[in-house]
Amino acid sequence: MQGDVVTAIAAMAAATAATRLAGLVVPRALAGKGRIKAAFDALPAAVLAAIVAPVLLASGWAEMLAGLAVVVAARYLPLIPLIILGVLAAAGARAVLG
Amino acid sequence: MDMQRQTALSDFRAGAMATLPAAVAGVPFALLIGALAAEKGLSMAEAGLMSALVFAGSAQFIGLDNWQSPPAWFLLGLIVFAVNTRHIVMSASILRHMGGFSVPSRVLALLFLADEVWAFAEARAARTRLSPAFYAGLVAFFYASWVLSTMAGVLIGGVIRDPKTYGLDFAFIAMFVGLIAGFRGRPGFALSIGVSAAVATLVHLIAPGPQSIIAGAVAGVAAVTLRPSTGEGG
Repeated sequence: MQGDVVTAIAAMAAATAATRLAGLVVPRALAGKGRIKAAFDALPAAVLAAIVAPVLLASGWAEMLAGLAVVVAARYLPLIPLIILGVLAAAGARAVLG
Repeated sequence: MDMQRQTALSDFRAGAMATLPAAVAGVPFALLIGALAAEKGLSMAEAGLMSALVFAGSAQFIGLDNWQSPPAWFLLGLIVFAVNTRHIVMSASILRHMGGFSVPSRVLALLFLADEVWAFAEARAARTRLSPAFYAGLVAFFYASWVLSTMAGVLIGGVIRDPKTYGLDFAFIAMFVGLIAGFRGRPGFALSIGVSAAVATLVHLIAPGPQSIIAGAVAGVAAVTLRPSTGEGG
């Protein structure tokens, strides 16, 4: 292995580890009460929505169409069929709409 | 004791099954990262080391995109930190549900906190106790397949086409949308995802990049937290 490559990989790994361990410095007592608790309870869905929204709303018509299918189907389908539907819808919409 | 071991085993299996689709859909992306790494002059061992130590698809893509010869380690560290800032809130959030973990296992678990691992861990914690065995199951095969597929990508690099052509990026999108739907019973659900989606998309349109995730999430959470209390929690 080349030294400078290993150094660069180590820097990337350290940066990632720093973000993943950062939660450890948040005082535990803070996370359990009142508005802070409400904030944490709302967090998972909000983070996931922020990850998917730009892909669904700002990538193009194919993504918007496939995204609509997935969002509607999410109410009715279990996760695995939903994933299969998403892949097929995106592949299909992209093939047709470019 | 035997009973405990059985519970741990079934928890591990449930975790492994949860990330199985992510492991499968992740293969072509890992192959692509391997191919990109080979193009930048990384050996198979080096590409494997990167996937093993970083284990974050988008950060690896962007890191390799900015890979020079020789690589600028400080810049790469900064870029990866910026891409991964969302993991700061993810780790703070999932730690609330790690009461059943020892301190060393907590630290170890957090090092593997990829988006999918986090999302399924949160979904689990919303329904039942998050156990170390379930978490280990989430990571085990997903991680192994990520590292091995990256190494395979170095070998077969040239033949990989963009996985998006086959809609494979939507495996992750559908996974996340399905997991969002699982949180719909929480107070302020529609408000939080509506505000988050709108702000994230707006920020993305103005300046594409990882900051759209943090901006959206912060706005969505703030909307729920700061709204006047209605007393009915809807």
